[in-house]
Amino acid sequence: MPRADAPPMTLAEKILARASGRSSVSPDQIVVASIDLAMSHENADLVRKSFREIGVSRVWDPERIVIILDHRIPAESEKTATTHQAIREFVSEQGIRHFYDVGRGGICHQVLAENGHVLPGMVVAGTDSHTTTHGAFGAFATGIGATEMAGVWTEGKLWFKVPSTLRIEVSGALPQWISAKDLILYIIGQLGSDGADYRAVEFDGPAIRHMTVASRMVLANLAMEMGAKVAFAPVDEQLLSYLKKHTHADLSACAAWRPDPDARYEKVLRLDAGEVLQEPQVACPHTVDNVKPLSALGDVRVNQAVLGSCTNGRLEDLEMAAYVLAGRQVHPRTRLLIIPASQQVYLEALRLGYLETLVAAGAIVNPPGCGPCVGVHQGILAAGEVCISSTNRNFIGRMGSKDSQVYLASPAVVAASAVAGRIVHPKEIVS
Amino acid sequence: MTKSLLKGRVAAVLPGNTDTDVIYPGRYLNITDRDKTAEHLFELAYPEILARIQPGDFLVAGKNFGCGSSREQAAAAVKYAGVGAVIAVSFARIFYRNAINLGLPAVVAAVEAAEGDELEIDLEGGRIGNLTRGREFKAAALDPRAVELLAAGGLIPYLRRRYAPDSLASR
Repeated sequence: MPRADAPPMTLAEKILARASGRSSVSPDQIVVASIDLAMSHENADLVRKSFREIGVSRVWDPERIVIILDHRIPAESEKTATTHQAIREFVSEQGIRHFYDVGRGGICHQVLAENGHVLPGMVVAGTDSHTTTHGAFGAFATGIGATEMAGVWTEGKLWFKVPSTLRIEVSGALPQWISAKDLILYIIGQLGSDGADYRAVEFDGPAIRHMTVASRMVLANLAMEMGAKVAFAPVDEQLLSYLKKHTHADLSACAAWRPDPDARYEKVLRLDAGEVLQEPQVACPHTVDNVKPLSALGDVRVNQAVLGSCTNGRLEDLEMAAYVLAGRQVHPRTRLLIIPASQQVYLEALRLGYLETLVAAGAIVNPPGCGPCVGVHQGILAAGEVCISSTNRNFIGRMGSKDSQVYLASPAVVAASAVAGRIVHPKEIVS
Repeated sequence: MTKSLLKGRVAAVLPGNTDTDVIYPGRYLNITDRDKTAEHLFELAYPEILARIQPGDFLVAGKNFGCGSSREQAAAAVKYAGVGAVIAVSFARIFYRNAINLGLPAVVAAVEAAEGDELEIDLEGGRIGNLTRGREFKAAALDPRAVELLAAGGLIPYLRRRYAPDSLASR
């Protein structure tokens, strides 16, 4: 912990100070931080190759490494099967216990959360850009590349330039049909794809504190799409009660991981959710910052609707979809894909009857994983096809053909659009 | 080992927010041989660029180059296609780190250049000359850590020297 006489710091500064053994740090300073948790998915195979090239024989700490297969599960090709096989051999050789194989986990970010791997104040590095998600747990969590992870496996540390912090305070309440996804899409639309490049983001304010942990994960996850290095939600009672359900770890020191009241920010943005979010927000092709209020879209017919991903494949998202689709049918021209974010989400959604409702409506359920979001399998788009998706990227060719189009929206909009066969406000479907 | 003075031709000028999926499509993420990634560089959006890259050529880009995924293959594909350096108004942070870690110079500068122009990059001096147009541009100083890594030829040789010097002799 930083000393009591340290200057006031943001949460990013506090965590980096602790992890680099300093009493304080300030923006632009370069520090070497020890890594508390190192997460990889299928690209663990690429990490493994770089690790072998470095030439050391054992990873620095097998207890701090978590590997979760999610991008191509079950293996869609012999090449991928061989990758999975190499990863299984490596985790066994290195004694890496925290390995979540096909059918044991799900999407890496959801699996880390559900299994209590991430605690406030940690430094988490993941070979996945959406590792920012874990800022919802008060962790300094960021994405790195495979070779850099091989460096973490070797020495357990990374260099960081201490980021300046952008604080976003959201007051008011989210109107009906408006979710965390709409809020963060709105913010990305305002700030742009590089609006938070290299920066830390702190989300706070009554609207954020009122959100479920799952919704806060949406904010931290998508903050990556405006370039954030890390993005935090507040460490509060709601988070601690989530953590109590998911870990046996000692949580007594967690509440200290909050920014100092007089910390220095690069900028403080204040917005009223009720005022700016009059209607659902949609990110139009082919950039995540191409955000429009739904009514500005006109008639957009959809061939596919995708509900899933590390952004919006959690239980509350499936619940919303089931609510919208109950007693209704997916439009004849549209395919609805449901991808629970994890085995645990899948099981709970089964028990609660959400999946029965969705399948009865004509949806198909994919196994818990990244599904078609990365454009590999399980719902690839043909040229000319249009998809409405609760996922996180709509880049050219992201989900298939370079001539396909992906619109990003909330689970409610995705479910309603599946019924209408075109992008619609959920109130048009559920009266 | 990266030289401080690089000379080359502009193979392509790319728009702002050129993302990782445009640089290297997700469908090829199970390719883990770095040199083979080059075959798919810009495959979906700009398939014509790959064929015109000569060893040592540069890419010139707008802001936020490499935004999106953490996929190292994006930086690897650029490097192994023969590109000597990427010059961009700004880089997305993971791409920047991946490039430096693989020994590919990523230079922050706003330059005026067109395809085919001859450029000279002075990495240490923070200067880029457009020899074709007789113009000179300032480049941001590299982070000290990036200088160290580029000098070593990337993170792997840097760490090998530090943690497994014995393995150097056998190579």
